[in-house]
Amino acid sequence: MIPAPAFLSNPERFMAFSRWAAPLFGAIAVVLAVTGLYLGWSAPPDYQQGATVRIMFIHVPAAIMASVVYVLLAGASFLALVFRHVLADAAAEAAAPLGAALTLLALITGSLWGRPMWGTWWVWDARLTSVLVLFLFYVAYIALRASLDDEAKAARAAAILALVGAVNLPIVHWSVTWWNSLHQGSSMFTPGALAPVYAKPLFLMLLAYLSGFGSLWLVRIRGEVWRRRAEAAALRAARA
Amino acid sequence: MIDLDVGKYAAFIWPAYAITVLAFAVMIAGALNHSRRWRKRAEELSGP
Repeated sequence: MIPAPAFLSNPERFMAFSRWAAPLFGAIAVVLAVTGLYLGWSAPPDYQQGATVRIMFIHVPAAIMASVVYVLLAGASFLALVFRHVLADAAAEAAAPLGAALTLLALITGSLWGRPMWGTWWVWDARLTSVLVLFLFYVAYIALRASLDDEAKAARAAAILALVGAVNLPIVHWSVTWWNSLHQGSSMFTPGALAPVYAKPLFLMLLAYLSGFGSLWLVRIRGEVWRRRAEAAALRAARA
Repeated sequence: MIDLDVGKYAAFIWPAYAITVLAFAVMIAGALNHSRRWRKRAEELSGP
């Protein structure tokens, strides 16, 4: 068994931890977002992209979080499938709708950025298509869990699907390197690729998205714990 | 100083921000409703 911090391995301790951590992460996200947006909107328009560079501060963090959340979903699914970890399955189930929303957000804001810059809303190139496939994996995960009455079977099938979908993550990341693409290459983590006047607010916005997701993830996991408790109580009442 | 003048790109920038606000509003409302609903149900079934 992989050792885990006590607050992650024990539902009671997790509930005590998440009770104060969720609002704290939420508050941190608000402060980071306000600061990031202030700096981002105070920066001058880009010499090539003009004012559309403002879309970068909401699009790039959403796109990065789309993959980060899937890594967490696949990791939690692995722990649930192999080690039958108490909270891992709840964490995977709770991550899926948030990941789907962030991926859809990345696709829509990317399209709104692409139209004025590329002259098209959409192209079937490797980056855009692989992110669309990522979104479809999220949707398939949610649909699969909802379609089976037996929760244990649904959890196992969805965990296998999540692990299969993880194959898409390297394609999303390296698609702009492996194939010719309209989409630009990675600039956020490449030193000197982005002027500090844009890099600083972009980094703050990424931290805001990360903290905001952390808060919402904890709230949704708490909901899953309550749901399982309610269903267990209903089962006990039916047997009594 | 914040510069809200986005000129000819307004039709792309403001919808992008509006959709982002909407997406986060939906995620926040969804997470809170899910948690509150099941907490209430669990407490009802567990009894006093």
